[in-house]
Amino acid sequence: MKRVYSKEEVCIACGLCQVHCLVAHSESKDIIKAYKKETPRQPSRIKVQQKGSLSFPLSCRHCEEPWCVYSCLTGALQKDPESGIVTVDAEKCVGCFTCVVACPCSAIIPDFHRKKAVKCDLCPHLETPACVANCPNQALIFTDGATPGGTKVAAEGAVARR
Amino acid sequence: MKTYLPNRFIVERDPARCIQCEVCVNQCSFDVNYRDADEDEVRSREENCVGCHRCVLFCPTRALNIRRTPLDYRENANWRPEIIEDIIRQAESGGILLTGMGTDKAHPIYWDRLVLNASQVTNPSIDPLREPMELRTYLGRKPDSLTVEPGSLALKTKLAPQVAIEVPILFSALSYGAVSINVHKSLARAATEMGTLFNTGEGGLHRKLYKYGANTICQVASGRFGVHPDYLNVGRILEIKIGQGAKPGIGGHLPGEKVSAEVAATRMIPKGTDALSPAPQHDIYSIEDLAQLISALKEATNYTKPVSVKIAAVHNAAAIASGIARAGADIIALDGIRGATGAAPKIIRDNVGIPIELAIAAVDTRLRQEGIRNQVSLIAAGGIRNSGDVIKAIALGADAVYIGTAALVALGCTVCQQCHTGKCAWGICTSDLRLTKRINPDIGAQRLVNLLRGWSLEIKEMLGGMGVNALESLRGNRLHLRGVGLTDTELEILGVKMAGA
Ligand code: SF4
Ligand code: SF4
Ligand code: SF4
Ligand code: SF4
Repeated sequence: MKRVYSKEEVCIACGLCQVHCLVAHSESKDIIKAYKKETPRQPSRIKVQQKGSLSFPLSCRHCEEPWCVYSCLTGALQKDPESGIVTVDAEKCVGCFTCVVACPCSAIIPDFHRKKAVKCDLCPHLETPACVANCPNQALIFTDGATPGGTKVAAEGAVARR
Repeated sequence: MKTYLPNRFIVERDPARCIQCEVCVNQCSFDVNYRDADEDEVRSREENCVGCHRCVLFCPTRALNIRRTPLDYRENANWRPEIIEDIIRQAESGGILLTGMGTDKAHPIYWDRLVLNASQVTNPSIDPLREPMELRTYLGRKPDSLTVEPGSLALKTKLAPQVAIEVPILFSALSYGAVSINVHKSLARAATEMGTLFNTGEGGLHRKLYKYGANTICQVASGRFGVHPDYLNVGRILEIKIGQGAKPGIGGHLPGEKVSAEVAATRMIPKGTDALSPAPQHDIYSIEDLAQLISALKEATNYTKPVSVKIAAVHNAAAIASGIARAGADIIALDGIRGATGAAPKIIRDNVGIPIELAIAAVDTRLRQEGIRNQVSLIAAGGIRNSGDVIKAIALGADAVYIGTAALVALGCTVCQQCHTGKCAWGICTSDLRLTKRINPDIGAQRLVNLLRGWSLEIKEMLGGMGVNALESLRGNRLHLRGVGLTDTELEILGVKMAGA
């Protein structure tokens, strides 16, 4: 399946992926309204990790073995057998955040205002996920694991390093 | 000591647009933007702003603008603000004022006073979209005459090594250490894709980039950094650096902080030590000494590579160039007063050397007069800004040009002149690993290729307009140029007629 991979060697820790993720999950899809008018604000589903010169953003890996799905008490978290995308059904989520603890990548974001777990859904309404489309340094790629050269860029469930 | 220096720039942040995302905070490497924890608001320490525009272009809501401080001194044509502030800066530091990039002084730019010809009625112009246009240039020593085998017409004369470039534009020397490996990689890839060359500068070539050797000019400078047999043999052309347009007559100083483990290994010096390039090459005090180094380099590379000698354009450039040609060089690179640098004393950058236009004309004329113009190719450097400058340089007598600043601008540089601080917010002139990542070689190479492609299309259009279908026919043909607003002496040195004449 197609996933979002990061190239840490060119991630500049600007955080624009976070900003555009938030906008893509807002009501208005307008950057200024999403930040200034929509309260509570949508949390960003991608988080930049940084230590010194090392940085890369982290979002859901849509694991083959999704621990979040296994841990979910209500069945809100599901892995689509067709697309492989792991989604959370807000109707069913009771905000217990068991999944937040279960995810080995800290990729599930607790939305404390709405008492719901939120996570990367690969922007189903967009052709390319918002984080990938808006990264100014092409540090994010949306791929099924085959680079143009044909080699696997990453093992399932791991952050891509090239 | 309390500083008497006023702020240079105002950082304007439109509160109606700012979403407090802190992108400007993390992108500014000059410690300007910050989040005020008490007010929970992004603010700016404007006194630190250098006007590099990194924040402006990365702000996702375009909430920022940078403006020059409109602080007025009493009008004074002599004691201008810059002059006053330089004195203040020195009164507070007691040192040489350092700066980066090329001079920002209003030295005459002769490119802007030269105009090109075009065909009208009496000779047809050529449409480059329909007819082939030849930009290929051969760099290297040309023979005095050619002899061919009668009958088969095969060439009997043994030619000195020639290097073909598909566009008459090469990337100027930018040393690894001064710029990052990502900049070198971008230049190397773009040069390879466009069939031209990039110049390593004086810091050697990282082993990872040896695969681009066929498109590399390997420089040998006074510090001899990174010079060893593999390095000499991997490049396509060798270049002895005598001087640089931004700082003729003085050496270089790469501070120890920039000498990372990789830079140290490439330069062959201990990590963290200052890399000091002496002002002269201490084995070259005469043309005879230069001839020895040229032949040593040729010997070391088995006479397979042209050797270039790069000098800053100075008063006696023409006579020196004649000596260089006679010393056995195959290429002379001339770097004019507007040439740039990673760090130079401001007073030298702004006051030493001559404009490249005059130097090209003087050197080309002198070598022709002496009947040795064919013995060397001439590469002009220092302030080439667009394809118009390139074509004018070639009409004046250059074989090709080097671009440095223009290439960096293509990579993002906004000519903020802070190269010497090592804090380049665009990640170009720095070795801070958090900043060097800002140049993604995939993007960098693409931007450089686009620039060269655009310029070559424009050159073809201009050539076609003149009714010429090969750059070779324009080379040194000053009849295609006319001067505007120049004195008789300037016209005479440039060897061009006044417009209308
Ligand atoms: S937008 Fe790109 S460069 Fe910026 S933090 Fe995200 S992945 Fe890194
Ligand atoms: S990364 Fe975390 S949230 Fe995504 S599928 Fe795996 S366990 Fe679930
Ligand atoms: S990024 Fe550049 S222009 Fe913006 S505040 Fe910092 S120094 Fe000034
Ligand atoms: S980058 Fe722009 S929107 Fe973000 S904090 Fe700075 S000024 Fe505000």
